[in-house]
Amino acid sequence: MENNEARSEAWRVELRNALKAKDRTNIERVHMPELDPEYRSHSRVEEVNLGLKAEQAMQEAKRCLDCANPTCMEGCPVGISIPTFIKNIERGEFLEAAKTLKETSALPAVCGRVCPQEKQCEGVCIHLKMKKQAVAIGHLERFAADYERESGNISVPTVAPANNIKVAGVGSGPAGLAFAGDMAKLGYEVVVFEALHEIGGVLKYGIPEFRLPNDIVDVEIQNLQAMGVHFVTNCVVGKTITIADLEQEGYKGIFVASGAGLPRFMNIKGENLVGVMSSNEYLTRVNLMDAANPESDTPVFLGKKVAVIGGGNTAMDSVRTARRLGAERAILVYRRSEEEMPARLEEVKHAKEEGIEFMTLHNPIEYIGNEQGRVKQMVLQVMELGEPDASGRRSPVEIPGKTELIDVDEVIVSVGVSPNPLIPQSVKGLEVTKWGTVVVNDVTMQSAVPVIFAGGDIVRGGATVILAMGDGRRAAKAMDEWIKKN
Amino acid sequence: MNKIVSKEYFSANVIKFEVEAPLIAKSRKAGHFVIVKIGAKGERIPLTIAGADLQKGTITLVVQKMGVSSSKLCALEVGDYITDMVGPLGKATHIENFGTVVCACGGVGTAPMMPIVAALKKAGNRIITVLAARTKDLIILEEQMRENSDEVIIMTDDGSYGTKGLVTNGIESVINREKVDLCVTIGPAIMMKFVSLLTKKYEIPTLASLNTIMVDGTGMCGACRVSVGGKTKFVCVDGPEFDAHLVDFDEMLMRLGGYRDIEREEMQEYQASKDPA
Ligand SMILES: Cc1cc2nc3c(=O)[nH]c(=O)nc-3n(C[C@H](O)[C@H](O)[C@H](O)COP(=O)(O)OP(=O)(O)OC[C@H]3O[C@@H](n4cnc5c(N)ncnc54)[C@H](O)[C@@H]3O)c2cc1C
Ligand SMILES: Cc1cc2nc3c(=O)[nH]c(=O)nc-3n(C[C@H](O)[C@H](O)[C@H](O)COP(=O)(O)OP(=O)(O)OC[C@H]3O[C@@H](n4cnc5c(N)ncnc54)[C@H](O)[C@@H]3O)c2cc1C
Ligand code: SF4
Ligand code: SF4
Ligand code: FES
Repeated sequence: MENNEARSEAWRVELRNALKAKDRTNIERVHMPELDPEYRSHSRVEEVNLGLKAEQAMQEAKRCLDCANPTCMEGCPVGISIPTFIKNIERGEFLEAAKTLKETSALPAVCGRVCPQEKQCEGVCIHLKMKKQAVAIGHLERFAADYERESGNISVPTVAPANNIKVAGVGSGPAGLAFAGDMAKLGYEVVVFEALHEIGGVLKYGIPEFRLPNDIVDVEIQNLQAMGVHFVTNCVVGKTITIADLEQEGYKGIFVASGAGLPRFMNIKGENLVGVMSSNEYLTRVNLMDAANPESDTPVFLGKKVAVIGGGNTAMDSVRTARRLGAERAILVYRRSEEEMPARLEEVKHAKEEGIEFMTLHNPIEYIGNEQGRVKQMVLQVMELGEPDASGRRSPVEIPGKTELIDVDEVIVSVGVSPNPLIPQSVKGLEVTKWGTVVVNDVTMQSAVPVIFAGGDIVRGGATVILAMGDGRRAAKAMDEWIKKN
Repeated sequence: MNKIVSKEYFSANVIKFEVEAPLIAKSRKAGHFVIVKIGAKGERIPLTIAGADLQKGTITLVVQKMGVSSSKLCALEVGDYITDMVGPLGKATHIENFGTVVCACGGVGTAPMMPIVAALKKAGNRIITVLAARTKDLIILEEQMRENSDEVIIMTDDGSYGTKGLVTNGIESVINREKVDLCVTIGPAIMMKFVSLLTKKYEIPTLASLNTIMVDGTGMCGACRVSVGGKTKFVCVDGPEFDAHLVDFDEMLMRLGGYRDIEREEMQEYQASKDPA
């Protein structure tokens, strides 16, 4: 195992032996410095988490036991060499730590911020077995990546000599970006086609700046451009050009990473009233179109009593955005209890600090409008928890006859997304599940149409940034092998 | 970035542009639209592709000045660039030889109707176009419509040109004199609603091209949703054309008004910025 070799390097052995395990576990977990909740709940774009200082990061790194069998790595979907990067932070070699991260992750500054660490790497850290808090792997990852970027020492990866083989990416979200980076490193001529006018997918139009500043994504994009990746915006594959056109133009492999962009609604009465919208619409207006900026031509409602329906990251981002845009009441309505909420723990904590009201075990059944057709009230069904359902979570059950009427002037529906049907519809022979996701080989990400590989949310449904990125990297590796074989 | 290669005034507020967009020119069909955005902080607005020149690699847009975004576009000159343009979007019009088709348009709907009229004519239909407006000055594209129609009926509310009356009076006069196989209508939602009610009475199949509010135009946001036959549809990907008799026009009218106050404010600010006091 790679880790064992790295683990037996002299510096690391020495570092490990410098402090007893017990003393390491007894150190308190670092607290991430944050903006004041009252201040930040009115500040549209400022990032909530301020990042660790070098001393804080080095202290936190001491907590890691440099395990012989690091369980944390099993929790990371891409298997980052976690103890290696953390021990480099402990000894002050921050650039080295960043390099370790980049061996596995294309976007460490992003993943350090948005991964659901408590369910992944940190969820299986050995500390938890000892009833201690997990090592703050995400905070450390963010620290190393930010340090590298801010130091101005970002290393543009070495690119193999050009092989003059053209490959295409469809969609510029995390899956497409990771794919593009790896293929460029291998010497391919990479073109990424993006339907919107901005590059970055959900990282730009979905996740708000108070959680993931655009600058961070832009630096990654500039890096890719420096490596020779070419981006074509305003190009809908399947409409502006087809997959067949791409093949004809000599693209030898096509990686489809078009995401899960189709918003779901609940099909209840009043859902088409003015002021009721999908979280995609709301976040696109605010993030992609910058609608809350007076200089922007795109309008956005600035609701005073805003309800957001759902319990995932998207719901949490929407409700916290509404609060920042002046909502006096910003209410999260979720049909299960807080324990079942899929959102990242940190976001739930931040949301509560910012004065978001949580109405768990409630589910909207009707919206009521005024004479102009604007939503003014919603009827909520009160729920209780029943038996576990297919997802393993306790399912919400209606309490018959128990409803509540709440005044609202804006409702944001955030109950999930479906895969973007455009590509599946426009390519013959592509195998698609009943949920609309593209079927691929688990290992190679190759689809039923050999020239097409796919990954990210178009394959998984709504998933995570790190999984999308991992798919992009695996697809790149497999596509390279497949092209060379042919 | 798409370069404007020609600009022609059809009237003070209706302008025809030819814009470089070779890929879109190649793949577009009648009924398709593009989304354009003017400037870094511009809004994404939908515009029908009124025609294309494959040799020159250009598409034609006919734009009516409404609010801020269309005014910003109309202020561009030959040689200027449209910041962002994406397309072709939506489903193309289903074109075949239906027989006699009445194409009823009013206001903003005349421009998007042009390519449909041309395609239907090419497929061998007999085309009767009804152009309606409040008053003579607002009748646009008459000449262009005549080129592709067997007959053009002009209707004005005040009788200043053509026949005095509403678009529905014009359609009904045709229905009363001959068999109509299909009606296509594009215009303000309120107009399409009344056209639809009329043709339903006579059981004439009718297509309406809906001009809802849009953001992305690719099915991602749901801003464009309408109820058709009791089901929610996204105009940008499921449309823009639907069976008019199934469309809930009252809901559409209500949704179109959603941003009216904000838009009015923005227009006032824009105008103030154009002529500083
Ligand atoms: C608001 C929000 C918050 C989230 N928070 C988190 C979080 O905290 N942590 C986490 O891990 N995950 C989070 N997620 C989920 C995560 O963002 C997604 O799983 C991830 O972005 C999927 O990446 P992707 O590359 O598959 O697709 P996307 O990021 O969706 O990118 C797809 C891109 O393809 C483009 N496209 C689509 N069709 C075409 C076409 N035909 N031609 C050209 N381009 C096309 C789209 O415009 C888009 O830019 C969040 C999602 C949302 C919406
Ligand atoms: C599929 C589709 C195709 C279209 N094709 C064309 C075209 O070829 N040429 C063209 O000139 N316009 C077309 N439109 C309409 C065009 O998109 C709008 O006029 C434009 O978005 C107005 O933007 P604005 O900022 O200038 O005005 P806004 O400030 O948004 O609006 C100004 C006023 O116009 C009203 N308004 C806004 N949008 C519409 C609309 N869609 N229909 C009716 N009234 C509206 C508003 O309520 C407001 O009172 C099309 C719309 C759609 C959905
Ligand atoms: S990529 Fe995500 S899961 Fe993996 S180590 Fe980093 S924060 Fe943890
Ligand atoms: S499991 Fe925890 S303590 Fe062990 S190596 Fe991983 S982060 Fe360090
Ligand atoms: S415009 Fe966004 S879904 Fe139609």
